[in-house]
Amino acid sequence: MDSSVRAVVRQQIRPGALAAVQGLAVALLSLTTNAVLFALSVVSLALIPVFGIGFALFPAVTVLVRLSLRLQRRLSRWCGLPIATPYRPVPADAQLGTWKRFRWVVGDSATWRDFAWLIPGAFTGGACLFGFVLVAYGLEGVLFVPLVLYLNVDWYGYGLFWPMDNILKALLSAPQGWLILFGGLAVAPWLVWLHFRFAGFFLTPTRAQELALRVRHLAATRADTIDTQAAELRRIERDLHDGAQARLVALRMSIGLAEQLLADDPAAAQRLLTEAQEASGHALAELRHLVRGIYPPVLAERGLDGAVQALALAVPLPVDVDVRLPGSPPAAVESAAYFAVAEALTNVTKHSGAARAWIRLRHHDGSLTMVVGDDGHGGATPDAGTGLAGVRRRLAAFDGTMSVTSPPGGPTVVTMELPCELSSRRTSPSSGTG
Amino acid sequence: MRVVIAEDLALLRDGLTRILDAYGFKVVEAVADGPSVLPALTRHRPDVAVLDVRLPPTFTDEGLQAALAARTQLPGLPILVLSQHVEQLYARELLADRGGGVGYLLKDRVSNVGQFIDAVRRVADGGMVMDPEVVSQLLARNTGAQRLGDLTAREREVLGLMAEGRSNAAIAGRLFVTEKAVSKHINNIFSKLGMPPSDDDNRRVLAVLAYLNG
Repeated sequence: MDSSVRAVVRQQIRPGALAAVQGLAVALLSLTTNAVLFALSVVSLALIPVFGIGFALFPAVTVLVRLSLRLQRRLSRWCGLPIATPYRPVPADAQLGTWKRFRWVVGDSATWRDFAWLIPGAFTGGACLFGFVLVAYGLEGVLFVPLVLYLNVDWYGYGLFWPMDNILKALLSAPQGWLILFGGLAVAPWLVWLHFRFAGFFLTPTRAQELALRVRHLAATRADTIDTQAAELRRIERDLHDGAQARLVALRMSIGLAEQLLADDPAAAQRLLTEAQEASGHALAELRHLVRGIYPPVLAERGLDGAVQALALAVPLPVDVDVRLPGSPPAAVESAAYFAVAEALTNVTKHSGAARAWIRLRHHDGSLTMVVGDDGHGGATPDAGTGLAGVRRRLAAFDGTMSVTSPPGGPTVVTMELPCELSSRRTSPSSGTG
Repeated sequence: MRVVIAEDLALLRDGLTRILDAYGFKVVEAVADGPSVLPALTRHRPDVAVLDVRLPPTFTDEGLQAALAARTQLPGLPILVLSQHVEQLYARELLADRGGGVGYLLKDRVSNVGQFIDAVRRVADGGMVMDPEVVSQLLARNTGAQRLGDLTAREREVLGLMAEGRSNAAIAGRLFVTEKAVSKHINNIFSKLGMPPSDDDNRRVLAVLAYLNG
């Protein structure tokens, strides 16, 4: 009984009530701002012949329109109809009030679609108020009418009965209230849904805009990738040049000197050879480190699964590793995933103060999900420092994303996603016989 | 002592053969790829096998896989695995069967011929040799652990050297103390780690590593 009541509340009443409140917000936003913005737009357009005023005013009004619509777009996410942003980016050198800015605003078809939406949007947005009003009026009937009866006010009425001057009408008011209340709860979500569905016709990027956005995104991430790769190559070159290469030169010198000293001063030659051996050890260690930075050998040998386990073992705190992948991603994605997890783990050991950490890898719906969590003190942001920001850039090259939740006091959870397909599983360590 | 070698680089293969020959080992077969390792080992049943982790045809961890397979087919076969890099993951896999006679070393260590030969001998005798790099990683990982935190700095040093597979005498020489002092430290370590003392050095080291490995 108790659980069925709770189920009704969860499935019927709560979404209805939520939609009623959302409807109120949508209606207030649409009724107050749309008309004003429409008027401002028309005025600023009309002022274009008046040189200087309209050119500066129209882009400024557009900024306001876009702010208002950004709010609408955010609200649209409530009812599961997300509306993407179609605008072209602002040219870097376009100040407000310049010809360039004006051209950018006028040239973007999204500006005109926004403008066209303002008035119809005010109507559908205003209609959302209906749901809220029904719910409120229903509540009045349910809660307030008994109170009025109790106080014996005879000039008051409710619903069909006005005024409520006999007991039968009064008794019928309660079911009326319930009917109106549930009607409102049922209607409110539909009104909000209809509003945003309608808004979607105007505000969703068109196919062309979508493609333009996609091209822009790809161009940006491609440029980032190229920059990162170039920087990486430079770093490798520098490390080789200043590190291993220099050590090998020193090594050759020591050996050459030892060769000359061999006859005259065998003790000194021996010392030099010992030094040379040490230097070769350092050179090897450096090369090993470098190789690990380019492509970790364990990743080549054991795939992502084994490599992540090896990472976890190398971290100075206990890490639970839970990897369930039915296959292996393409090598480039695998490498990006590995370095992303490695960076997240480095963050855990360096900054979190955690006692435990955990890693989870899954593949779902064409996307590899990597989650790295810890029980530290939280407060991690992807914007501060280079570590997590670097991960985001690295993942963006593959259309991947990263999100961090890290409230003060913890825990920190870094979730990374990489779209990719898996190929058939490699030979697992236990089944291979070499 | 009879040895089987698996190493794909001809230069290194010849070098290893030469070093081992020079120190009185007999290299009965030197193979160059993964699939030939196991047949060579079952054919010769050598006193010790020296295997490279990475071998053709896949150039992944074929040597290690061959080592693991060999240990299940020929239990207790002493195997020394050489690698260009060391991974705790691999060390753990090699130690999993606790059969004794296991070594896991960076290839760099071969250049210190005396140490390398010593390592081969100790593995052949059923001992365990871990690369100092693996040991230091393990120790770093466990410095925060509760029970290991009770150890004094000197005891931790001794534990590290033990994990590398060194004898009490070698540890004493290294730390400039008497062997008696070393065995006292070792007894302290085992009582602090809650392990009963035993005569079998190898067992004790394996126990320590197992503990370090969590």
